[in-house]
Amino acid sequence: MRKGKDYILFNIIGYIFITIIGLFTFIPFVVLVVSSFASENYIINHGYTLIPREFSLSAYKLIFQNPQRIFRAYLVTIIVTSVGTSLSLFLSTMAAYVMYRKDVKYRNTLAFFLYFTTLFNGGLAPYYIILANYYHLKNNVLVLILVPLFNVFYILILRNFIRGSIPDSLIESAKIDGAGDFTIFLRIVLPLSKPALASIGLFIALNYWNDWWTPMMFIEKQSLYPLQYTLYLILSSVNVAANILQNVVRIDMPKESLKLAMTVVATGPIIFLYPFVQRYFVRGITLGAVKG
Amino acid sequence: MKKNGFWHEIKKNKVLYAMFLPVAIYYILFAYIPMGGIVLAFKEFNYRDGILFSPWNGFKNFEYFFASGRAWLVTKNTILYNLAFLAAYTVFSVACAIFIAELAGKIFKKFIQSVMFLPYFVSWVVVAAMMYNFFNYDYGLINTLIKNLGGEPIDIYSNPTYWYFLLPMLYVWKWVGYGSVLYLAAIMGFDEECYEAAIIDGANIFQRIFYITIPMLKPTMIILILLALGRILRGEFDMFYQIIGNNGLLLDYTDIIDTLVFRSLMQVQDIGMASAAGAYQSVLCFVIIMFVNWLVRRYDKDYALF
Repeated sequence: MRKGKDYILFNIIGYIFITIIGLFTFIPFVVLVVSSFASENYIINHGYTLIPREFSLSAYKLIFQNPQRIFRAYLVTIIVTSVGTSLSLFLSTMAAYVMYRKDVKYRNTLAFFLYFTTLFNGGLAPYYIILANYYHLKNNVLVLILVPLFNVFYILILRNFIRGSIPDSLIESAKIDGAGDFTIFLRIVLPLSKPALASIGLFIALNYWNDWWTPMMFIEKQSLYPLQYTLYLILSSVNVAANILQNVVRIDMPKESLKLAMTVVATGPIIFLYPFVQRYFVRGITLGAVKG
Repeated sequence: MKKNGFWHEIKKNKVLYAMFLPVAIYYILFAYIPMGGIVLAFKEFNYRDGILFSPWNGFKNFEYFFASGRAWLVTKNTILYNLAFLAAYTVFSVACAIFIAELAGKIFKKFIQSVMFLPYFVSWVVVAAMMYNFFNYDYGLINTLIKNLGGEPIDIYSNPTYWYFLLPMLYVWKWVGYGSVLYLAAIMGFDEECYEAAIIDGANIFQRIFYITIPMLKPTMIILILLALGRILRGEFDMFYQIIGNNGLLLDYTDIIDTLVFRSLMQVQDIGMASAAGAYQSVLCFVIIMFVNWLVRRYDKDYALF
């Protein structure tokens, strides 16, 4: 291909634009990580920095000095995320598969049954009262799994993915070979849906990992606090932070760097998931991400 | 029994319907039953009698909600902020997608995409912490920079007008990576031949973008915008709550329906007000979706949501 002037001009504009956006999205993370290693004194005197000039582990030491609460929160988050994600992914794909099968006469009714819940709901107050008073889910670890369990759009994306990537004839021939509907799902549909499962699975996992809303609404027992909610409490009040870390309130407690270090600790692990699913990303969410 | 009756169908595909059952039960329990709870808006709720047996009080809750003077304010804020979010998000996502698709340099593109996706991974709790690092008065990065350059630090957390710009910026920051992947995916699906023909006809890269890429992106854009319009009254509670919280100085400028409902329910324990505001939001939301869908149907049936 010839590379004319327009092409060069376009690349200059493009590189500048994209680099600026990239810096905007990246710098906050650098500041966060770098400043979490700065000493409290440094932050108070010089503010947060981009370039590290002093290295201190005091905030991290404080977090892991009395690690029970933090490890507990980690444990809650990890259990809820892994159980919730696998349950959600399996059941969502199963429902998507049912709505994809052309011989299911009411498949569109089923899709609308799900879709309608995104159009209309009763509001937060009835939702809260029904879950807390009628289902008795308050202070129950189940609530952390159940509230974020399904997302209608993910189910519809999965259905469109299956529809777009698995030919009907494959299902037909499996049927002729005597496979039942569930076997077809397990043996054919699930393995062939890997790209979609990877990206949707990541989204679901993120929803669980980052959920602070459910514990704020429904959990009062400290032993059930997940990571993000613990972080939220630390950020909103350093005195609470002192309690959470089971530390007698000390004047010289590194408040600012403590907040930062806790933020790093709460974020870290989930970001490492990304490289593993990145290659599935575009393919996974595209195939009909759009229309339900 | 009739050959194509309801029960016949269920029986024929009983395994398949059974496979749908878990999701169906979940939505009945966690969406449809709470939907019925909307009657709460017309009741004077007490915990002893529960939702079903609490006494009715007609439109009292709504009167109280509208008399509080916040109804109009929060509706306006919710709609205007979400429109600003949507406009900024769409423009930036489409621009990024087009640049990423056309730029040279594979490694750079891969890298930048990963970087742009980072904010998607962190919760609003973390974003709020970062935001605070940047903008707080005493040692925020921006103010440190301003002070080093000899300027006067700015107090963003007690100055409402900044937030009209900051919040949309923040929204773009958080979602642009995700949005650009959606649009990029659409671009990847376009027919190469169009571009080849255009190149042969002598179209330069800008002409190709304006006369091929953007028009072909229109359906995707319309559908994504439609979906977002449906959520225009339920926008980004997480963001507002985590970043602004209960900052009284900013509340009039940043209070949205969701934060109002949440405050009335969890902090003031005013269940009447919370249910009335929630019901108002749901009904209005439903009407907006129906209207938008009707509008699009009239314009082009294929773009409609249902």
